Amino acid sequence: MPKKLVGTAAVDVDDEGFLTDFSQWTRDVAVAIAKEEGIADLTPAHWKVLEFMQKEFRENGQAPSIRKLNKSGVVSTKELYDLFPGGPAKKAAKIGGMKKPEGCV
Amino acid sequence: MKRIVILGAGTGGTIMANLLRRRLDPASWAITIVDRDNEHYYQPGFLFIPFGFYKKEDIVKPRSRFLPRSVEFIVSEVDKINPASNEIIFRDGSRLDYDFLIVATGADIVPSETPGMLDGWRDTIFDFYTPEGATALAEKLRTLPGGRIVIHVNETPIKCPVAPLEFAFFCDWCLRRHHRRDKIDLVYVTPLDGAFTKPVASKALGALLDEKRVQMVTDFNAERIDAAGRKIIGYDGREVPYDLLVTVPTNMGSEVIERSGLGNEFRFLPTDPNTLRSKKSENIFAIGDATDLPTSKAGSVAHFQAGILTENVIRASEGKPLKPGFDGHSNCFVESGRGKAILIDFNYDVEPLPGRFPFPVLGPMPLLKPSRVNHWGKLAFRWIYWHLLLPGRPIPFVPARMRMAGKKRPAAGAKQAKSPD
Repeated sequence: MPKKLVGTAAVDVDDEGFLTDFSQWTRDVAVAIAKEEGIADLTPAHWKVLEFMQKEFRENGQAPSIRKLNKSGVVSTKELYDLFPGGPAKKAAKIGGMKKPEGCV
Repeated sequence: MKRIVILGAGTGGTIMANLLRRRLDPASWAITIVDRDNEHYYQPGFLFIPFGFYKKEDIVKPRSRFLPRSVEFIVSEVDKINPASNEIIFRDGSRLDYDFLIVATGADIVPSETPGMLDGWRDTIFDFYTPEGATALAEKLRTLPGGRIVIHVNETPIKCPVAPLEFAFFCDWCLRRHHRRDKIDLVYVTPLDGAFTKPVASKALGALLDEKRVQMVTDFNAERIDAAGRKIIGYDGREVPYDLLVTVPTNMGSEVIERSGLGNEFRFLPTDPNTLRSKKSENIFAIGDATDLPTSKAGSVAHFQAGILTENVIRASEGKPLKPGFDGHSNCFVESGRGKAILIDFNYDVEPLPGRFPFPVLGPMPLLKPSRVNHWGKLAFRWIYWHLLLPGRPIPFVPARMRMAGKKRPAAGAKQAKSPD
């Protein structure tokens, strides 16, 4: 499993840069990964999404789907794309220290 | 007299009715199965209809024909499940109580989930996940003069996740045979970052799309469809124009699950991945597409689950602890065109790998590689489905739990997932 230096912390990541050990995640790690992903600042709106996703992740072992984020009233899909441009489900999971969403098989 | 109710007489429900009836004494256990109609479609056959290989009539039989005589079959619309009183409530107001309930209500396409999709429905936008859609698409493809066919997966999870890939391969093959391939561009649009969810298969199937000159658009989430302008518009602002859109709309579980307050955001039933018991109610179990499990929504999965679920329903009825026996095993033939097919075999932990199936070296079926024997396997499967799978008879040499024998892991370097960024 590759080690990666994000900010000042060394974390275990998979081939695509997703943390393999959620317990290694800190807010500083999030800020550093966000920068790599092209998000200069994590605003309160970003944190609201990340915190909701992490709560789901702790309960279910899976990052929630975009549909669940939308349905829960935390963030609309459009806003989610504005906050995490490109692939928001994957990007937010990566920043939040969660494993890559499976999207099922 | 105690009662087991099975909701849904599709693949999973029918197998369960047969297996449970053989194991439970009819003097002490009644089994009732419920569906809204008496038409059982062989769903893998839908893919073949748009290309004229099958007609609707070739893949439908009465559900009642596959149910044991001593199982009661009710054809009626269900309103909801009431887990507090252990009752099914029908649309007509009648009620049916149960000691154990097996939810086998499947999954369906819901095109209304995407704004604009219904505007061009069966005009320039088609599905092939319903008998009507597949039949309408057959006529459309036959008369299409040329242009751009976009094959689109709207949102995951979907039933039979390889079906849209098979559609692309078949399209290429049929257009070539009719000397129309040069007049038509094929584009494959997916919310995933590659052809499939798992890296090794994604690479193999992606290479096949490339070889067949199917352009891939990945990480695409449709916000809406502009049916008049004939384009899909993504949340990230990208637009994909089409002349003919063959879409797999969002798949969702039954509205019965939602009305009962039992579903997740896709109306799928939260289910224990290994015991197949509902996470919410001790006496509710689930099988097949109706569950929220991270395995394929496919008939083979329902078949592999059925033996384990039968064991667990009987254990629950005797007050014994359940067996965490299900490993997520899935097995699919993927039609790759030109009379060949690919076979994939995988579970929760092991992604589809190359090798031989069901026996190491001898095969005869190669895994993750197009071959004629796999295509014959897929065609033979229609017979196996009606005669072995639905009656709950074992399929020779294919056990419920996945086996590693015959599978080969590619060297680490080759295992890189395809990543767009």
